[in-house]
Amino acid sequence: MGTDAANGAGDGTATSEGGGRVLHATTPLDEAFVRSLRCGDEVWLDGTVWGVRDASLIRFFDEGKRVDADFGGAVFLHTAPSVRPDGSGGYLPVSVGTTTSMRMDRFTRGCLDELGVRAIVGKGGLSAESLEHLRRSGGVYLAVTGGAASVQTRQVAEIEDVLWEDLMPECLWRFRMRGFGPLFVGMDSHGVSEYQRVRDTAQERRAAARRVLGL
Amino acid sequence: MKQLDVNGADLYPQLREVAAVLYKKALTDLPPDVRRSVDEAREREEGLAGRRLEVMVKTIRTSDDTGIIVCQDTGICVFFVRIGTGFPVNPAKLVTALREGIALASERHALRSSIVHPLTRENRQDNTGPGVPEVHLDFVDGGEELEILLVPKGSGSENMSFLRMLSPADGTAGVKGYVLDCVIEAGPRPCPPTIVGVGLGGTADQCAALAKKAILRPVGEPHPEPDIADLERQLLTAVNTTGIGPQGLGGATTSFAVHVEYAWTHISMNPVAVNIQCWRGERASATVGPEGAVSYGY
Repeated sequence: MGTDAANGAGDGTATSEGGGRVLHATTPLDEAFVRSLRCGDEVWLDGTVWGVRDASLIRFFDEGKRVDADFGGAVFLHTAPSVRPDGSGGYLPVSVGTTTSMRMDRFTRGCLDELGVRAIVGKGGLSAESLEHLRRSGGVYLAVTGGAASVQTRQVAEIEDVLWEDLMPECLWRFRMRGFGPLFVGMDSHGVSEYQRVRDTAQERRAAARRVLGL
Repeated sequence: MKQLDVNGADLYPQLREVAAVLYKKALTDLPPDVRRSVDEAREREEGLAGRRLEVMVKTIRTSDDTGIIVCQDTGICVFFVRIGTGFPVNPAKLVTALREGIALASERHALRSSIVHPLTRENRQDNTGPGVPEVHLDFVDGGEELEILLVPKGSGSENMSFLRMLSPADGTAGVKGYVLDCVIEAGPRPCPPTIVGVGLGGTADQCAALAKKAILRPVGEPHPEPDIADLERQLLTAVNTTGIGPQGLGGATTSFAVHVEYAWTHISMNPVAVNIQCWRGERASATVGPEGAVSYGY
């Protein structure tokens, strides 16, 4: 599948079963790479991925707290893992998966524009408003397969750091991932959302579904 | 715990162990009907929908091989207990043992504590708190066994719960349309393909509990009453017409099953509730016989 490029560019030569490209990238991601991604592409990531969730995002944006870390080009994963102390102040992964992104939709703009995040990884997608933020700021939403935590846990090479431990399990987690995927581009920086497409389809088919029910 | 000393003084510590086993089992070992449903959907779906199902198949296998829980969500624990009048157990002590079992498994297996105070968001870090786990107790007159079923319900699907107090004038048509609307509204959020539980009748809270009970029935077991089974089939065809598909990213399999449970209701009421279960369909059960033999199931 080609080698990883340091700036996050992938080779894009392979084609997935779904017809999109298969790309491998290393974090942090640069804007050009993120803007090259299109819905239907399949992405595999290596490098640092930050775990965030309701409580940590509330602390960032509602309480205005910051940490000493550079989030330029960062990948944020919507998660709250199960972990086990490693005996020297750190943690070992027990289960690292993904949660429903929509609850954290209102933090999208802040993640992109205030912190410099380039990719949000989660399940279930984000709103039309977030899609506009992704377009304007050059961001992407990557869909992970929800509930597939045992597979994803084995892609965590290491828990590099944990900040805001008082929020356990909703701390700010710094994971080092090895072959994190498959992630599917669900919302790209060109104003396309697979979730919106499916929502539109469901609305169109509502009448047909009602006929099945004799309505 | 395969054999309990049912007449011993230490029955409750043993039941605590059974509850701990059930919690880990429900999170790790998916029921056979769910496995079959995932496999069948993988055969049916193509393209990216097929890729997503492939990941689910791999996840089930990985959990079997490694003991890593399937989903990161350790859920909010709900027990459904049936106590035969011939089985020597004190229900109040049983409820305490079940609660302690959840805390024990959380510590033993380093399971994330998902349970917090609703206002302060305080987390005791053991997956329990006032009212959690929720325990439903039923009593079986003349029964000799103790049956314990645990569902550590995931929040992604539980957040997609609905209740509507329809009018009698809305009729069955209103019920059907409402269930379809709920599935479309839920979209990708409950981690489809789902099991859709529908509660009909009763009071408001009873109706919601019936919807939860409906998700416990194994996929492939229709309601025993032909009219209700027919309603379930119609609703399944309708929700799978929407194209929401696996993970809500398109496809033919939005739900594995729609299950309906009902109670009679008031002349001026027509309540309908919807409770959705995610694709992993987590549940585990233990049946304790009158001599203390324990058999685990789903």
